[in-house]
Amino acid sequence: MPDKRERHILITGFGGQGIVMAGDILGKAATLYDHKHATMTQNYGPEARGGACSSQVIISSEEILFPCVEEPEILVCMSQEAYTKNIKSLKTEGTLIWDTDLVHTRKTDAAFKSFNIPATRFAEQLGTKMMANIVMLGFLSAVEPLVHAEALKKAVLESVPPSTRDNNLRAFTTGREYGHSILKGLVKPEPGKHQE
Amino acid sequence: MNGDEACCEGALAAGCRFFAGYPITPATEVAESMSRRLPEIGGIYIQMEDEIASMAAILGASWGGVKSMTSTSGPGFSLMMENIGLGICTETPCVVCNVQRAGPSTGLPTLVAQGDMMQARWGSHGHYEIIALSPSSPQEMFDFTIRAFNLSEYYRLPVIILADETIGHMNERVIIPQEEDIEIVNRRKPTVSREDYLPYEADADGIAPMANCGDGYRIHVTGLTHDDRGYPAMDAKAQEKMITRLVDKIRKNRDKIIRTQNLYLDDADVVVVSYGISARSAMQAVRDARKDGIKAGLIKLDTIWPFPEELIRSVASRSKAMIMAEINGGQMVLELERSAFGACPVSLVSNFGGRILHPGLILNAVAKAAKEKT
Repeated sequence: MPDKRERHILITGFGGQGIVMAGDILGKAATLYDHKHATMTQNYGPEARGGACSSQVIISSEEILFPCVEEPEILVCMSQEAYTKNIKSLKTEGTLIWDTDLVHTRKTDAAFKSFNIPATRFAEQLGTKMMANIVMLGFLSAVEPLVHAEALKKAVLESVPPSTRDNNLRAFTTGREYGHSILKGLVKPEPGKHQE
Repeated sequence: MNGDEACCEGALAAGCRFFAGYPITPATEVAESMSRRLPEIGGIYIQMEDEIASMAAILGASWGGVKSMTSTSGPGFSLMMENIGLGICTETPCVVCNVQRAGPSTGLPTLVAQGDMMQARWGSHGHYEIIALSPSSPQEMFDFTIRAFNLSEYYRLPVIILADETIGHMNERVIIPQEEDIEIVNRRKPTVSREDYLPYEADADGIAPMANCGDGYRIHVTGLTHDDRGYPAMDAKAQEKMITRLVDKIRKNRDKIIRTQNLYLDDADVVVVSYGISARSAMQAVRDARKDGIKAGLIKLDTIWPFPEELIRSVASRSKAMIMAEINGGQMVLELERSAFGACPVSLVSNFGGRILHPGLILNAVAKAAKEKT
């Protein structure tokens, strides 16, 4: 069903992690700065914080009609619950990205193109775990360039409170550089934890 | 920005300077944006104790001469019904945005539905006509909110925006035109002297010029059946006169009010009719059907009420079948059936809410209908 020119991304985690904001920033980068079409829809429960939550982003060179991501080609997981709930939907040739410390994957996930980053730990080291979503976006921009990195950076800066811009820029760069280091083989990805 | 935020921006562009509401998912972001934006431009935002009071407050603000609106979802919309009727009877311009979620009752607060279509039409007691618009994107949330204000100012009634959770919470690019490129309609003002002014004496087109409180004209506003002076008139004759005018000012102008977006109607065998978020799935299905060689067409209802009876009747007479796609147990399909008047079979693709319609479901229905022998 989805048009081949459409890129389907599912960002998942729990309420309070900035999952929806991450999707919003990605969509802004695509529409406002890369001048493409994008939609972002969100799923969450009635809880204010803590419930499973996801942000579905579609980026396309053409108008997007059906805004649901049913079979993501990129799945970002920032909580175990989100991983368990969504891993079945990931396309066989898709990319799985997860927070090393928060998600235990299955050995069979090795079939996917997969990347992990301790995004929340890095964000904590930078001052607040609230920026884990931005670290993750930086990482995503390195391992799966969906939009121009400059566009994404601009969208981050435009979306965060002005007083936190410098910190968020550091968070973005940390994630992006970690991604590049892994791609170049300069850093060995942490082994990650597997489910029994 | 998301659809809710676009609704707020559209309202401000239309000249709305008063918002009274009570937060409710999935309409909260309309109120939230208003609370942030209105004070910046000299407007007033009030968080009310409930939706009954919210509706009352915007009617009052409108009589004070300010364009006003509120936003809500199912449970709040139910509470607003009484005062929406008051707005209709007193001919008070204002806008109500209902970002629909699944009901009845508290239902599914965070999930989509289109179950309030008939409630918007008939939810308040008594006989009346209403105007309701249904946006299918954040851009249309912006555009249709402006139009809702223009229609409410011109025809003097509460105009309802029937959005849905997916549109309200969906982020997409919204292009905001330059101020001078936005068409704004303001309520008609009295041209006669203070002595000669009667608040409900209508012009030839059935619309009465409106003096705001404080303009210096004598006005009387009541929910009771009233005469041209606005004074209660408790008899069948006054009722006949007043309701005829309230109904006719909409019915007789329906050509100017109704808008649809039509796709491939020239040669379509099977025509899908849809609105809001469902219209996007329907458009995908129609395009996919065309790729499969099926002559499918689409009528997207930008105006829900009044319903485009004449268009449906004429399309039905040259179609093999018509299909309504909507997220409820079958509401607008009843209007479609009524308007098609037996000229072609009518069917429904729907669910009860909680998720949007998959284009594949609609495509299957189109393919099936195309195969049926006529």
